[in-house]
Amino acid sequence: MLDIPEAIYQGLRRHGEETYPYECCGILLGRSSHAAVDGVSINEVVQAVRAGNTRTDSAHNRYNIAPHDLVRAQRQGRQRGLDIIGFYHSHPDHPAQWSSTDLAEAHWIGCSYVITAVEQGRAAATRSFLLTGSSEEEKRFEDEPVSIRQNLIAEDDIEVIQSATED
Amino acid sequence: MSIKILIPTPLRVYAGGQDTVAVEAGTVGEVMAQLTILHPELKKHLYSEGGKLRSFVNVYLNDEDIRYLPESEATPVTPADVLSIIPSIAGGWGCPRSCAGGSGRALRCGRAQPPRTN
Repeated sequence: MLDIPEAIYQGLRRHGEETYPYECCGILLGRSSHAAVDGVSINEVVQAVRAGNTRTDSAHNRYNIAPHDLVRAQRQGRQRGLDIIGFYHSHPDHPAQWSSTDLAEAHWIGCSYVITAVEQGRAAATRSFLLTGSSEEEKRFEDEPVSIRQNLIAEDDIEVIQSATED
Repeated sequence: MSIKILIPTPLRVYAGGQDTVAVEAGTVGEVMAQLTILHPELKKHLYSEGGKLRSFVNVYLNDEDIRYLPESEATPVTPADVLSIIPSIAGGWGCPRSCAGGSGRALRCGRAQPPRTN
């Protein structure tokens, strides 16, 4: 299950609208755990980090996050005791469903991959997929329920989405 | 000297559940070698059968990709350095280059993509 605060959820959808007709992308920082009762994987989002899409040759249907942005996000997270627990991107004028490319280029097993469909510039469906499996050869996406937390967030967390390239 | 390696979340299960591993090493290459000696299960997830770093695995020495360091794996390290292992992240609804037809349309990629509904 993806457990995400409302402000961050809306922020990543807004990111997709801002970059339309190109794909947006970003990194989700938080904590991973397993439910005590049924062992379901829970990825709890605490912060989202906007990243630039380096696929400028085909940004309308491809995205890539610079590894350097990942290194910086990981460092930023560690300062707050957070891990990289997922990623998000948008599908401009395309469904919120993972593609063959999304699976082929997903390597963070155990992480959540959030996809927002952006239709004519407006965010539509947002879905999350958990990358599971024990190896590259056996990896697969599973539909992942999304729980949107309505609770208030701290004042200094309102700027929940920051650019990894601007700090 | 002891060098710290940051292990990304998906690989921690192969590193005793640890988010950081410290090894005794003098160069980048030695750091990676010591890491896989300490945690042999990591090897197949980091390296191809030919012994090369897998194409989607990035290793950074502080803020530098080790593939582009002038001395590559012979680059000396100090206790102040941190090595980060970072799998790549990419995707999008466009078709992979290997897709038949090569039009860039995910709809032609096969079963993964449902019919477009909008």
